[in-house]
Amino acid sequence: MAMNKISTILKHEFLTTIRRKSFILMTIAFPLLGILAIGAYQIFQGTGETPPVAEKIAVGYVDETGLFNDYTSYYNVTLISQPDETTAFNAMKGEEIQQYFVIPEDYLSGGVIVRYTLERELGISGEVASAMTEFLVNNLLAGKVADVTIQRVVYPLSLNSITLDSNGQIAENQGGFTSFIVPYIFSILLIMAIFTSSGFLLQGLGEEKENRVMEILLSSVSSTQLITGKVLGLGIAGLIQIVVWLISARFIADMASTSIGGLLSGLTISTDFLIVSLIYFILGYLLFAIIMAGAGSIGATARESQQLSTVFTLLAVVPFFFIAHIMEFPDSGLSQFFTIFPLTAPLTVIMRMGITDIPTWQLITSMALMILTIIGSIFLAGKIFRTFLLMYGKTPKLGEIIRMLRQA
Amino acid sequence: MNNSHMSNIAVDVKNIYKTYGKKAVVSDVSFTVEKGEIFGLIGPNGAGKTTTIRMMMDIIKPDSGEVYVLGEKFREGTKNKIGYLPEERGLYKKQTVMESLRYMATLKGVSVTDERIEEMLKHVGMLPHKNKKIEEMSRGMGQLIQFLVTVIHNPALVILDEPFSGLDPVNTELLKGLILELKEQGESIIFSTHQMNQVEELCDRLFMINKGTEVLYGNLNDIKHKYRDNSVFITYEGDIGSLKGVTDSRQKDGYTEFILDSNTTPQDILQQLIDKRVTVNRFEIGTPSLHEIFIRIAGVSGDGNE
Repeated sequence: MAMNKISTILKHEFLTTIRRKSFILMTIAFPLLGILAIGAYQIFQGTGETPPVAEKIAVGYVDETGLFNDYTSYYNVTLISQPDETTAFNAMKGEEIQQYFVIPEDYLSGGVIVRYTLERELGISGEVASAMTEFLVNNLLAGKVADVTIQRVVYPLSLNSITLDSNGQIAENQGGFTSFIVPYIFSILLIMAIFTSSGFLLQGLGEEKENRVMEILLSSVSSTQLITGKVLGLGIAGLIQIVVWLISARFIADMASTSIGGLLSGLTISTDFLIVSLIYFILGYLLFAIIMAGAGSIGATARESQQLSTVFTLLAVVPFFFIAHIMEFPDSGLSQFFTIFPLTAPLTVIMRMGITDIPTWQLITSMALMILTIIGSIFLAGKIFRTFLLMYGKTPKLGEIIRMLRQA
Repeated sequence: MNNSHMSNIAVDVKNIYKTYGKKAVVSDVSFTVEKGEIFGLIGPNGAGKTTTIRMMMDIIKPDSGEVYVLGEKFREGTKNKIGYLPEERGLYKKQTVMESLRYMATLKGVSVTDERIEEMLKHVGMLPHKNKKIEEMSRGMGQLIQFLVTVIHNPALVILDEPFSGLDPVNTELLKGLILELKEQGESIIFSTHQMNQVEELCDRLFMINKGTEVLYGNLNDIKHKYRDNSVFITYEGDIGSLKGVTDSRQKDGYTEFILDSNTTPQDILQQLIDKRVTVNRFEIGTPSLHEIFIRIAGVSGDGNE
């Protein structure tokens, strides 16, 4: 009997949710965007067989030292000597050159060069800067050292980093851009999936209070049956959403890896990663769904419930504010704390997984703590539902909430 | 609890208490509702009616005291035998009338056929609206759908909390008829309201509550008899002159109320009228309305005039 009522509500909530336009849109938007991006890349590649010819850049220079005369041509950049600054300025106004710089007499001791341009710009273009560097180095060292040495002075470093495992073998996960991008995208997806479903829960409860359906429902089912049915029904909808995303993410990663290559050639998503993502979706969803259900039963309207739940939503996304720290120091004390603290755990674990091997004890502690928090929240939420589900009119203040819960 | 003893009792409320903070909302309330009767639960707004009903529905638990519904303590499945129309009521706005009735019946553990739903809608003249969404309905129509939701699963006990609020006179009459139909079918009905005049038309017995405690409890006629004034209402033609044993008379709307002294009975007055050959169009023993009785007992006017 009890199960029947739970499953009736579960079915109703599930069907209502998967028919919501916003849910359908969210679910298909992510895979669609991925495929579109790859498609757009290929179309772009297909039409632009000859890469667009880069603009030739003419850069003037005024040399007050008399040391810089040769090596004036680099790929797209040509350096043109100017007798003085006035001529250089007029040449720039006449569009013969786009910009010019001045090498002062005391350049060798000071190293200061001033560059002039008519355009406001974000910064000097990389092409011009490296042309200028090469131009200076070449002129300074030509004839004094071997050409190869000059080359090395200009480009001293061509770095190739390899991560080894403890056996000295090349590690499976080499880190870098692809291992950064996957957890980054996944953590966003995880949070989106958790808050889509638990948000619907919050909204639904708020609407039922607002429309006064609540007491009618409670005349047929108990508050525990109602909330259980809702949490499970919306959870299954959310699970479907994230499974769609995970499967399509794997496909898209494979497609991107083979069709785009380059930076994305190492883009693969391991099965372990998918499994841990799923576990943390389920735990994270349950935790936040119960919190949202509590907030939903306290708030007098859907809007006020939303406001009440904001503080928990903010806690959940705190790791995003520390993303730079977590990415750079995935094993720091703060990163470990976020891994274990139940509200921040889902996001942090996903972020860290791509970058480091999270010690098993941390994963187990994190999951265990989440499960304990979920169980604790269920008990507290039970009290909240009984006390607040049928209170209309005004959302109680924090003090009143605490006092009423003590009495309940 | 002996079940056979309870067999003609639909609801047995025993000494229930409920306190919120320091405020005693319901205190030491006891009554029984017999099977097949319309039982009035009356009192001004905020008297504790809805809290009492919620405790009967097991939506909230009493601090102490017991409630037996249909011969047993509340258990899983008891809710399926009760139809409850709460004062604060609404339906899912996006559902159609059919969907709404079907879902609410399922929640009561009953799967109803479309034919049964259509038959019910036809009975209240709403069949043409069956595929309309709840949000498209007028307030009165919505209230009728609410009533259908309450009784769709053929409950043995129906609890109606302020069922006429928000209804126009036409729909009020329609709903009264439906409630009386339920009674004819042998269902037990609890009817809660602050509008005491409605109770007089419908209820067999009543419990009057004020500030969480019992004010009056019993058969409607017995109560009226007990609080009867020694007065008569008379509508007449011609000159009535002076009547013996009458201490005062008040001109009311269409009739005159004569207050009798303690030694005079209405029969004495009737005899005098016959002797005087006055044309009498109406002669009625004066009984106060429930509202007047309430004011007399509680000493306040409550909200009974709404």
